[in-house]
Amino acid sequence: MSSSNDPSSNSPTLQGFLRSDGRKGIRNCIVVAYLVECAHHVAREIVDSFPGQPVHLIGFGGCYPNAYADRMMNKLCTHPNVGAALLLSLGCESFNRHRLAESIAQAGRPVSTVVIQQTGGTRKSIDAGKEWVEQALQQIAQVPRTSLGVNELVVGTVCGGSDATSGISANPAVGRAFDMLVQHGAATIFEETGEMIGLEDVMSARAVRPELGRELKQSVEKAAYYYKQMGHASFAPGNADGGLTTIEEKSIGAYCKSGDSPISGLVKPGDVPRKGGLYLLDVVPDGEPRFGFPNINDNAEIAELIACGSHVILFTTGRGSVVGSAISPVIKICANPETYDRMSEDMDVNAGKILRLEASVDEVGKEIYSKVLEVASGGQSCSESLGHQEFVLTYKSFDPIGPACLPM
Amino acid sequence: MQSEGKSRKLLRIHRDDNVLIVVTPIRVGDGDVIDGREVVFTQDLAIGHKVAVRDIEPGEKVYKCGLPIGSAKKPISAGAHVHLHNLKSDYIATYTLDKDNVFVK
Repeated sequence: MSSSNDPSSNSPTLQGFLRSDGRKGIRNCIVVAYLVECAHHVAREIVDSFPGQPVHLIGFGGCYPNAYADRMMNKLCTHPNVGAALLLSLGCESFNRHRLAESIAQAGRPVSTVVIQQTGGTRKSIDAGKEWVEQALQQIAQVPRTSLGVNELVVGTVCGGSDATSGISANPAVGRAFDMLVQHGAATIFEETGEMIGLEDVMSARAVRPELGRELKQSVEKAAYYYKQMGHASFAPGNADGGLTTIEEKSIGAYCKSGDSPISGLVKPGDVPRKGGLYLLDVVPDGEPRFGFPNINDNAEIAELIACGSHVILFTTGRGSVVGSAISPVIKICANPETYDRMSEDMDVNAGKILRLEASVDEVGKEIYSKVLEVASGGQSCSESLGHQEFVLTYKSFDPIGPACLPM
Repeated sequence: MQSEGKSRKLLRIHRDDNVLIVVTPIRVGDGDVIDGREVVFTQDLAIGHKVAVRDIEPGEKVYKCGLPIGSAKKPISAGAHVHLHNLKSDYIATYTLDKDNVFVK
């Protein structure tokens, strides 16, 4: 760990990639994006031809149009960690590939679209895609490096495979790291409203403006209603095995990842905070439930945090999740010391030390902060070095955020 | 953060809490001192599970991290395991799998 990563130093400077739209990334990857499941195989074959290279597979499987998926793909393909994008279309799906390619080009990233039906089938499309990626890799190698301050970082957090240790070690420690990041001017994003049920009033009281407090409360009430319609809370059998009894108890565990900073705003998937501060990501669809559970798994939430501009994701786990993500690195913080002993190769930070009374929450919080700076400077997280690049995107529907949600 | 007594088996997160968190696996017959009372555990308890600090009446709120996590379904005695059998959510029922992998409330 270099001294510039010391949380007590004032403004550590990192090295980033400068995009022509002015945004700064901490990675420089090519996304290969299928626009319908029918193009998935071709996209995967292209990605698999570049082992060890920063070529990531993302996509949307649905054939029917969806404004949310459209917006997510637009935000993901123009994310500052993305240097270029190759789109894979079958040719007859509903996804608006023209508009997506246009917005990627407008963001100054090299982009190409391979339409399988026009290109002449599977093999010719794979060859055409590989050829384009080869030259795009050379192109993105020319992207200028730039200095990047902590105040330019967006950091998201999510928990998965939780047990009761998550809420008493890793999550409070992430809360401390979030406090340090916010002090240094970074934007930090926590989720999910379905895991704030029972804490509406406590959370609303932290809003920087009363109107925002009302929005925060409403977002949790919306989540409570939605999950009731689903008939399930966001609660998996593994949670109960790990000692968690109720959704409120799980909520407290998840909620404490937000730390103690005032809440500056509320975002929905694809809204990028333009200022530092702490933001709540509302992941629960608006309106009557139409497409099932808000997020079908942890990676659906990670993709949304990345669409909100997250350069890096802090993922806390008690039971032991192994996932990473396409586009942005995932840092794994293990809450349970027994899980850490079993799965240490997958874990970047051992917050289980807190339960063994070997480290304080503050000390582990500083360790997480330093790890963020290390990974933002190019150091690989465990999930990255193990090759994890999970991605999932499903159907959802959202109304735009209200005027009270973002800082003036 | 400090454990109760010398055993270092239980962690109190917040002074208002009426449950403590298991931080070292507990075996049947293990003893501990909780708020000055000697308790002998009648079952194995894994890390992360909760134990009552004192007697809790039916309907009484259960607090962890200083925040309510639900209400007692039945009397809970000091030292007893607090989980699905005696604690219910005040918001939405908890669904989980029983030993035979059947969904239960």
